[in-house]
Amino acid sequence: MLLDVGNIGRMNGRAWVQNSSRIGALFFLLVFGVGALSYSSQSPSPAAQAGPGAQSAVPQALPTTPATTTTQGLPQTIPPAMPRAGLNVVVLDPAHGGTDLGARGTGGIRESEIVLDFAAQVRRALETQGFQVVQTRQGNQDPSFDDRSAIANAQSGAVFVTLHIASTGLPGTARVYVNSDLPATTNVNGLISWDRAQTPFQGLSRKLGDLVQGLLAQRFKGSPSTAQTAAVRQLRTTAAPAIAVEISSVVVEDRADLDRMAPGVADAIASGVAAFRPSYVLPTTTGGTP
Amino acid sequence: MARWIKWVVGVLCVAVLIGAIYFPILRRRLRLAAKLQQQTAEQARRELTQAVPINPGEPRVKAKLFWASGNSDGALVDSTVELPLSGDPVLRSKQVLNTLLAGPVDADLRTLPPDAVLLAFYLLPDGTAIADFSEALATATPSGIQSEQLAVDSITRTLEANVPKVQRLKILIHGQEVETLAGHLDLTGIFLVNTKGTLVAPGAAGSVVPPATPPSADKSTVPATGKPATAAAPTAKPGSPKGA
Repeated sequence: MLLDVGNIGRMNGRAWVQNSSRIGALFFLLVFGVGALSYSSQSPSPAAQAGPGAQSAVPQALPTTPATTTTQGLPQTIPPAMPRAGLNVVVLDPAHGGTDLGARGTGGIRESEIVLDFAAQVRRALETQGFQVVQTRQGNQDPSFDDRSAIANAQSGAVFVTLHIASTGLPGTARVYVNSDLPATTNVNGLISWDRAQTPFQGLSRKLGDLVQGLLAQRFKGSPSTAQTAAVRQLRTTAAPAIAVEISSVVVEDRADLDRMAPGVADAIASGVAAFRPSYVLPTTTGGTP
Repeated sequence: MARWIKWVVGVLCVAVLIGAIYFPILRRRLRLAAKLQQQTAEQARRELTQAVPINPGEPRVKAKLFWASGNSDGALVDSTVELPLSGDPVLRSKQVLNTLLAGPVDADLRTLPPDAVLLAFYLLPDGTAIADFSEALATATPSGIQSEQLAVDSITRTLEANVPKVQRLKILIHGQEVETLAGHLDLTGIFLVNTKGTLVAPGAAGSVVPPATPPSADKSTVPATGKPATAAAPTAKPGSPKGA
């Protein structure tokens, strides 16, 4: 018998030591075995890791882009979307996140939080229009400018919309920005320079920006009627028609004032992108504006 | 109690007493040293960033400075100020930028934070100017595309209006190239100041890159009458982007 359980009461000191060590060894084996089983059952398969939820997390860079496609330091191997004809995908970028709070109002309003809520509404409106939506962040992460651009650059048939809340401006208005005109570049091997990835798409971006701005102007009095031009860093490295939408502003005393704008902004963006769909023709990669 | 223990206890008591007397003195001396060091650093900073004195002997000219319109619409309006400006383009640039940084009478019309300081200004023979501002320009400019664009626009348009030799502008923060001004506006490129000049991409190994827009297109949208200003276009930046 391994354990003399029946004679516990009569055991001397030495027998106690022997029995205790056997019990301890058995207990250790039991715990180790259960732990190993549970660990093996929780380890995801590679197929599970590449689920649909992962698609909106991170990109895989195209051959012409830098290989820095990481989020929170973890390299991802998500395949790019399968090429399809026409405009199908909208990459939504709630700006800032993580330790970067963006614009902050005196009433504790944080840009990084509000844009996430706006993105959820814009996403729903776009999906209603039949678009596939990919977000650059779902929670409180802060991907780099290049990581955000890489998500758009890995898609085929996509437009890029980055959402911001301003520190200034007339409260209750919305502005659309497209990138300042960058010098056209030509590359002997036909590749787009990462630094100026937006260059071939400037014409399309302007068209998309004017469409969305026009719809925003109808909904929010005091907004400009056409898109503005600015050297927005996020847009420069994006190889797709790309716009920045900035809502004014964090200076409102009550956050509800901004929340009330969300449905209108979502509807304007979704309708604008839908109206832009027929204009979407991929430009050549030899530079210039299509 | 043994005699030696009494001695040890006695010595320890004396040491504690001396420490208790000396500790406040030491603390006071440390505070004083830290204060002196701070004063020295502040003095050095002031000397370094001392505003270029305006010489009253210089001919007074009408300088055009661009501040916010005050309509919350992201527009700039020009204000004419009579200043005795130097004929030297570098000194003149420093004078107008320092006046711009000092701000208008109405503080609400400021485009640049009050704590921001122009640390250095250089002008290359090809008309490219390099303006080095203190960190306050990046940390105290309100975060947002509109506000950051307004800040840069006020600088470029003030230089354009008053120093014709400045054709392009590179903005540095405390001697360093930064990715954005306050999270949005791209500072990695060079801003076009005088659209009549040729846009030279520094990263293109001396090659001349024509402007992407017709020379008159950009400025035609930014008359000095307070209409919304459009940002000057940065050229290609040298090197690859950070994090790439």
